[in-house]
Amino acid sequence: MILWQALIVFVILFIVVLVIGLLSYRWRAGGEEGAEDEMSEWGLGGRRFGTVITWFLVGGDLYTAYTLIAVPALVFGMGAIGLFALPYTIIVYPLVFVVMPKLWQVAHNRGMVTPADYVKERFDSPFLALLMAVTGFVATMPYIALQMYGIEIVVSLMGVPVTVSLIIAIAIVALFTFASGLRAPALIALVKDSLIYITIIVVVIYVTTKLGGFEAIFDQVPTAKQNLPPEQYVGFSTLTFGSALALFLYPHAITGIFGSSSQKVIKRNASLLPAYTFLLGLVALMGYMAIAAGIQPGFYGANGIVPQLFTDFFADPLVGFGFAAIAIGAVVPASVMAIAASNLFTRNFYRQYIRQDISSTEETMVSRIGSIIVLIGAVIFVLIAPSQAITLQLFGGVWIVQTLPAMWLALYVRWLDRWAIAAGWLVGMAWGTYGMIVEGYAGGGLATLQLFGLSTKAYVAVYSLVANLLIVFVGSALARYFVSQEQTSYGMLAEEETKEPEGA
Amino acid sequence: MLLVPWIGLLYPPFYARLQPELWGIPFFIWYQFLWVFITVALTALVYRMRA
Repeated sequence: MILWQALIVFVILFIVVLVIGLLSYRWRAGGEEGAEDEMSEWGLGGRRFGTVITWFLVGGDLYTAYTLIAVPALVFGMGAIGLFALPYTIIVYPLVFVVMPKLWQVAHNRGMVTPADYVKERFDSPFLALLMAVTGFVATMPYIALQMYGIEIVVSLMGVPVTVSLIIAIAIVALFTFASGLRAPALIALVKDSLIYITIIVVVIYVTTKLGGFEAIFDQVPTAKQNLPPEQYVGFSTLTFGSALALFLYPHAITGIFGSSSQKVIKRNASLLPAYTFLLGLVALMGYMAIAAGIQPGFYGANGIVPQLFTDFFADPLVGFGFAAIAIGAVVPASVMAIAASNLFTRNFYRQYIRQDISSTEETMVSRIGSIIVLIGAVIFVLIAPSQAITLQLFGGVWIVQTLPAMWLALYVRWLDRWAIAAGWLVGMAWGTYGMIVEGYAGGGLATLQLFGLSTKAYVAVYSLVANLLIVFVGSALARYFVSQEQTSYGMLAEEETKEPEGA
Repeated sequence: MLLVPWIGLLYPPFYARLQPELWGIPFFIWYQFLWVFITVALTALVYRMRA
C-alpha cells in the first residue's frame, strides 16, 4: 500500500532540495580568485562559510540520517549503553575548540584540501599521506552506504519500490554535487536542519503527551534499560571516548571545517554545535517512546522503529514531512562524504601518482566525476549488502581513529617520525581489525580485553589506538636518537603556521 | 576548564543511577542533557576570555 499523501509531500520537498542544490553554485562564488583555485571552490565552497552556514553544514553533516535512526534503535534494543552517543557528541566540542582551529589555519595558509594533504606536507611523505587517504576513504564508503539505507527505510515504509527510489535519490545527489560542490550540501543543510528540528520537536511533544508524559513512558520501560549496569561502565566510557576522538578525524567532518572562513567561526561553532547534541538526545529518547508505545520491529528491525513511530502517531502528510526530513538528512552527509572521499582520491592518489602536472580545472573535474562514482558505489553497496555496510561502518570508526597521530598529534609534537607513524598505524589497524572480527562487530564495537589479570569489555578503537600511540612515541624516540636531524621530518610546518595571524 | 566535561562524563559511576528523577526522567539520562548546557557555557566562556 502506498501512502500517497505522504509521498506527495516527500516528493515536493525533494524537488525543493534539488533546485537549491543546483542553484547554490552561485552562492558567493569566487570570481577571479576562484578561477585560480577551482579545487577549493568546488571542494570547500571557496573557504568562505561563516558561523551560521558552517553550523548548518557541519551539524547537517555529522548528525546524519543514519545517526537519527541508529541511536534510538540502539537505545530500544540495548538500553542505556546506547545513550553513549550523547556524552560523546558533548565531549567532542572542547576537543574541536582546541585542535581544529590549528588544523584549519595550516590548511588555509597552504591551500590544503584534504586531511591527507596536511600529512603529506607535515611529514614530507606522499606515501604516509596515501595511507591516511586510503584509511579515510575506506572508513567513509560504508558510511555513505548507510545514508542510502536511511532513505531506503523511509521509502519502503511509504510503500514505494526501493531500488527505483534509491536510484532517483542518488541521481539527485550526484547532480547537485557535481554541479555545485560543497556549496550544495551547505545550503541544503539549511532546509534539512529546519525540517529535522521541527519534526523532532513535534514528535517529542506530541508522542510524549499522547503516551501520558515521561513518567508514564519510563514506567513502561524495564528498569534495566534506564540505567547503566556496572559491568558496562568501561564499555560505555571507552565508546564515548573513542567515538569522540574519531568524529572529527572523518574526512567529511574535516571538509566541513576546512570550508569555514576563519578560526573564530570554528571556535564559535564549538559552542553552537551542541544544540544538535541536545536534539540527538531527544531522538535517543524516541527509543524509549517506541518501547512504551509497544512498537514491534518489522522488516528493518530496530532501525525501523523511529519511522514506525511516525506512521503510528501521525497523519499521512505529516509522515511525509518527517520522512523527507530523514531522507534529506541523508542527502547532505552523503554529498559531503562523496566530495571528501573523491577529493582524497584526486589529491592524494591521482595527482600524486598518475598525473602530477594537472591543472586545477582538470583536477576538479576528476573530483567531480569521482564523487559520482563514489555515490553510485554506495548505492550498489547498500542494495547488495546492507548488513555488511552496518558492520563495516563499525570497523570504520576503529580504522579512522588510527589516523590521530598523523593528524592531531603532529600539530603538537615536533619530533614525530614518519616511519614510526606508519608502523603505529599498521599495528593499530591490524589489532583493531582483529579485535573487530573476533568479537567487536557482533558486540557493537566492544571486545574483551585482558589487562593486569582483569578482564573487561572495551571499545576496540581505544585500545588499538593506545598500541598505535605507544609505537609512534617509542619509534619516534628511537629515530630521534639514531637518525641524524637532517633526515627526519621534524618541523616541516613551523609552529607559527598554526597560530592565527595578528589582527585577523 | 575545557577538560571539565571529560571528567564529568567519562566516569559513569558519577551518574549511573535512577534517582533523583526530573519530570519522570531517570537521573542517568537528564544528567547527560545537563552537560550539553554546561559544555556550551564553558566553551563560550573560554572563547570570551581569549578574545
